[in-house]
Parts: sequence; C-alpha cells; structure tokens
Amino acid sequence: MRKRLWLWVPLALFAFFAGLAGYMLTQEKEQFVASTMIGQPLPDFALPAAFNGLPGASKADFADGKPRLLNIWASWCLPCIAEAPQLEALQKQGVDIVGIAIRDRPEDVANFLGRYGNPYSRIGSDTISEVQLAIGSSGVPETFVIDGKGIIRHQHIGDIRPEDIPTLLAELEKAR
Amino acid sequence: MIRWLLTAVLAMAAAMPVLAQDTMPPAPYAYNQLQDPRLEAEASELMHSLRCLKCQSQSIADSDAPMAGDMRHQVRSRILAGESPEAIRRWLIARYGDYVSYEPEVSSTTWPLFAIPVLVILIVAGVLLRRLGRRRSDDDTGAAA
Repeated sequence: MRKRLWLWVPLALFAFFAGLAGYMLTQEKEQFVASTMIGQPLPDFALPAAFNGLPGASKADFADGKPRLLNIWASWCLPCIAEAPQLEALQKQGVDIVGIAIRDRPEDVANFLGRYGNPYSRIGSDTISEVQLAIGSSGVPETFVIDGKGIIRHQHIGDIRPEDIPTLLAELEKAR
Repeated sequence: MIRWLLTAVLAMAAAMPVLAQDTMPPAPYAYNQLQDPRLEAEASELMHSLRCLKCQSQSIADSDAPMAGDMRHQVRSRILAGESPEAIRRWLIARYGDYVSYEPEVSSTTWPLFAIPVLVILIVAGVLLRRLGRRRSDDDTGAAA
C-alpha cells in the first residue's frame, strides 16, 4: 500500500506546477524595470541645452547641497502631457526641477513648454538616450530625486499623478 | 454588438498613444555595423543576449524600438572604444539589475535553479548505487548458495 501512494507523487508534483503556472498567468506582470542606481552618485554627464530658452544640464548642477528632481521626459511622450500640471505644482512649492529631454528637437521642446507650461530650471538634450541609460531609466517619463551631493535617492516610474506629489515631497525632504 | 464594437474601437484609440515615438534619426551605431568584422561579431553576440527595456521579450538586436537602437549604439561604440563585452554587460546590470541580461546568472534569487538539478542528480545517483549495490550482493549470495 505504501508503495502505491508513492506512485502518485509525480502526478501530484505535475499538478502543483501546472496549477502554479496557471495561477501565475492570471497575475499582473511587473512591467517596469526599476533602476538599480538608487544610492549611487549620478553618472558624469554634461548635456547641451534642449532649446534656446534654458541652459543645458550636467552633473555639476546637482552638487550645491540642494535636493532636486531630475525629470526624464520628451515632447513626443503623451504621459508627459498628463504629468505637466503636477510638475508645475511641485515647482510652485519651491522644488527645483531639472529636465532631460530624450531624443528631442529644440522646436518641439519649445512648442511643448509653450503649450503645457515650463516647470524646469534647466533642460539637457539627450538625443541618443545616453544619460538615460547611464542612470538606469527605461522609459519616459521618469523622475529621480537627487540629493544635494548628487546621489540618486528615489525613482518614480511613469507620469506623476496628483497622489504621488506627497511621496515626492517627502523623498525630497529626506534627501535634504 | 454595437456597444462591444464601440468599446473595441475606443480601446484601440486609447492604445494608440503608446505607439507615440520620436522623429529623431537613429543613433549612429543603431543600424550601422562596426567596420571590423571581429568587433561587430563581438557586439552582435552581446546584443543578442541583452534585453530590450521597452519590449521586454526581445533582445536589443531584434528590436526596432528607438531605445533598443540607442542601446545598440552604446554597445557598439563601447566595443569600438576597447571595452570588453563582459564589462558592458556588467555596466548595464549595474543600472538595470540582472533582468537586462539573458545570460543566466547565479544570484540570491536564482541559485535554486542551479542547486536543485545538482541535488536531484545526487539523489538519483544515491538511489541507483544502493539498488544496484543491493542487487549485486543478492547475486553474490545467490552464486554462493
């Protein structure tokens, strides 16, 4: 009798794995790749101005002791339009926001800012996603909290919704 | 039916913006091979084993996403500058975690994948040795009798 029971073990194992696979299929897949650069210093970079109105951005801009937001965006990115009012709200609360425009043209950047407002103090132009790759960002928009020493403290993936503002402000406060 | 169709059309319209892409020309080495065929072969091998971050089931060699093109440019220009493929892989893993690489990696989460087969083989070997050993000694006693 004991031996008979043993014979069911492979079938039970198979059923367990089939069940597990079936269950995992119903689970939402985490589709974002988070940066593993949190806690690391910003990589060296110096990007030219993305359009005529504002200076470009470099690592040196993050070394004056003041925490900042680094917003990775693009004029061709639709969620970036949705996030524009939130960036403006953050800027009104005294947050300094440095932008990096990914694969963008000066006239498109100017047009976007004219239409949806300009919350940035600087915008660097990254035409080949070089800095984006160097900080471990995998899409637009993404927002990083950088502390006053240029260390990456927090990453927000996707557009900033109104409910995300308190978290970002808290992270900026922590980075002080 | 009409309501269903309408929902489908609306869903498709809502899905369209995801396709929004830039109009910039691709990075220099996104679609251009390296001159030296040996270096290009190294780059190509590496690009086939790196995950596209936008379209995560494709390698950057297979993907036409602009970001994959920018990643190919990084790979090719770094190889041209003399970096080893392994160093470039490490550089990307330092930024995106081992998910960016298709090369199997022993880590704190993946070690059971490597340990379990070894364990199973050891168990099987143990069982086989015991059974065969027992049969042989059975034979021995049989021959003696």
